[in-house]
Amino acid sequence: MENLVKLTIDGVSVEVPAGTTVLEAAKKAGINIPTLCYLKDINQIGACRMCIVDTGARAFGAACVLPVSNGMNVKTNTPKIREARRVNLELLLSNHDKKCLDCARNQKCELQQMCQDLGVDDVDKYKGKMNEYDIDDLSPSIVRNNNKCILCRRCVAACNNTQAVGVIGPMGRGFKTKIGSAWEQPLNDVACINCGQCIAACPTGALYEKDSTKAVWDLLNDETKTVVVQPAPAVRAALGEEFGIPMGTAVTGKMAAALRRLGFNKVFDTDWAADLTIMEEGTEFIGRLTNGGVLPMITSCSPGWIKFCETYYPDFIPNLSSCKSPHEMEGAMIKTYWAEKVGIDPKDIKVVSVMPCTAKKFEAKRPELGHNGLADVDEVITTRELAKMIKEAGIDFANLPDEDFDPVLGESTGAGVIFGATGGVMEAALRTVYEIVTKETLDKVDFTAVRGIEGVKEATIKVGDLDVNVAVAHGTANAAKLLDSVRSGEKTYHFIEVMGCPGGCVTGGGQPIVSAQKRMECDPKTLRAAALYNEDANKPQRKSHENASIMAVYKDYLGEPNSHLAHELLHTHYTARPKYKK
Amino acid sequence: MPDNKEKYAKLQEVIEKHKGERGAVMPCLQEAMNIFGYVPQDVQEMIADGLGTTLSEVYGVSTFYSQFSLKPKGKHVIGVCLGTACYVKGSQKIIEKLSEELKIQPGDTTDDGLFTLNATRCLGACGLAPVMMIGEEVYGRLTPDQVPGILETYRA
Repeated sequence: MENLVKLTIDGVSVEVPAGTTVLEAAKKAGINIPTLCYLKDINQIGACRMCIVDTGARAFGAACVLPVSNGMNVKTNTPKIREARRVNLELLLSNHDKKCLDCARNQKCELQQMCQDLGVDDVDKYKGKMNEYDIDDLSPSIVRNNNKCILCRRCVAACNNTQAVGVIGPMGRGFKTKIGSAWEQPLNDVACINCGQCIAACPTGALYEKDSTKAVWDLLNDETKTVVVQPAPAVRAALGEEFGIPMGTAVTGKMAAALRRLGFNKVFDTDWAADLTIMEEGTEFIGRLTNGGVLPMITSCSPGWIKFCETYYPDFIPNLSSCKSPHEMEGAMIKTYWAEKVGIDPKDIKVVSVMPCTAKKFEAKRPELGHNGLADVDEVITTRELAKMIKEAGIDFANLPDEDFDPVLGESTGAGVIFGATGGVMEAALRTVYEIVTKETLDKVDFTAVRGIEGVKEATIKVGDLDVNVAVAHGTANAAKLLDSVRSGEKTYHFIEVMGCPGGCVTGGGQPIVSAQKRMECDPKTLRAAALYNEDANKPQRKSHENASIMAVYKDYLGEPNSHLAHELLHTHYTARPKYKK
Repeated sequence: MPDNKEKYAKLQEVIEKHKGERGAVMPCLQEAMNIFGYVPQDVQEMIADGLGTTLSEVYGVSTFYSQFSLKPKGKHVIGVCLGTACYVKGSQKIIEKLSEELKIQPGDTTDDGLFTLNATRCLGACGLAPVMMIGEEVYGRLTPDQVPGILETYRA
């Protein structure tokens, strides 16, 4: 039996398990204590002092790190506390640039919201010396503007703990403290994996993606170009949130309609290439399994994970599947197969990817991801950037009719759509590998053992006579743990799926930001994934090898999976990267 | 560079000694300061990798405490007291004179590697204000015109 603790918060009596913090207990009692540095499961350091409460002790305590105790009488809302919080906030503002209009997080900023909630409106209250920082926008993925940083360290915790990357941290002391990389190096010069989890963690506009919307608008205005768009599976699971649609609602049809209204000449779907990926990767896996290839094979869809592997676990490079990530495959097929089919010079085709991911911006610029001197993908925008474009265009998203993607490179199965959730690629691969190897039809296509948000998931799947050991990790800190166990020989697997972001793409660094308060109320990983699993369940086809258009592409163009042409267009190679720049 | 090789080997020993300890970064940096006189990037990388932590963590600690220097220090470190008593007695003029003579700003080191100029907090010799220290030597009741002569004795 769990040890329960009884306490009173603002006169409300609550009973919670021992070890619960006052902040969590208050939430249970229906009281939202303001927070800035607190981020559930990621950062609990009591630094910002916004969550102070009165327990009758000599000093106010920080509720986010204060454990409950029996008979505790907590006051969260006294004149003294309100005043102390206001002064705190005013002092934070005294070294903040307060330029909300040009801020990427305007109206979605936790600092701005708190000022509004607490009635802090005198921006000149503590007018004095301020730090002025250059904006670091040299990374293709992430921009840091320390003029908006409140030193909460949520980004540091995400980078260090969730991702085991640790290329940012506090430096200096006192007024000169700032967050950045060692030796003042720009983010582009350190071993950042571009995942953008720092952006997702930031309460203000100190971190945001490198904007590509202007480049995309320019392409759309260029009459000489055929501009083709492809959204990733996870985008449909979250885009609606930017327009007030509840979390966990798939907005696939509205998204297709909005993309068409923005002026894209063709609206394809990365889900199609996800099915193609399964054909290539599944075949590669069966090949490795039967021909004594390098095992475990590890998936290669997530560019954050790929850069993590290249930098921190280069000995696992031979284990990586040689498959390009789905949107790169889609881009390659658009500029070859589709270009030939419709008779357009590939030079006049521009491919725009809408991704839940900031690392995709880096990936698209990899020189090896192209063909005949043309990049597979020309521009990458995040889900947030797409929302911005839709708003800018005055499209009434919530009331759009549902539309379909364009044939042929927009037709997909349920296996493609679940790529967006952790475990999805593994499940999609198992559905196809099982049927190809055994030549039997699966009774049940759901592999629930690889679903869910546990950091590392394991399963043993009987494929014919063979017990296939699989593992799934999401978030690179979990991946590191998993790889360590493989390296030490403690674990043996045949097939591993790794997604760079915790939760997989649905909670990628390019997805709509979920505030710290909201994260206390629900789990975006689970809710958004449910939207994808639901879409999968309702698809007429749920296995990639049943995608008729994919089969036609093999018949008419590629030959067979892993053919010479497939290798040329759909596969890539990796390079070990130094941890430190010399 | 056999000399340097020895220094790195010594640092490696220090790292091995502290590995696995909680808060091992600080003693490693301290001993690295003793070995190298400063903690440059490659030394910090060695500490980070050796202790299994990140370079940003090590760099964060090295920039938090003023005892750690990221740049090589001169043969003679000059500390001019800018504490209240010395300041009132005109130590600002002393540091300005030193700056002028050495052609460096406080915090910097001369090109010939002879002098590093620092502004310090109270040195605890307020009776002698204004005070400066060169190495372990204390100079009190200073006037700016004494500065060139004192520096000359270190140049010999």
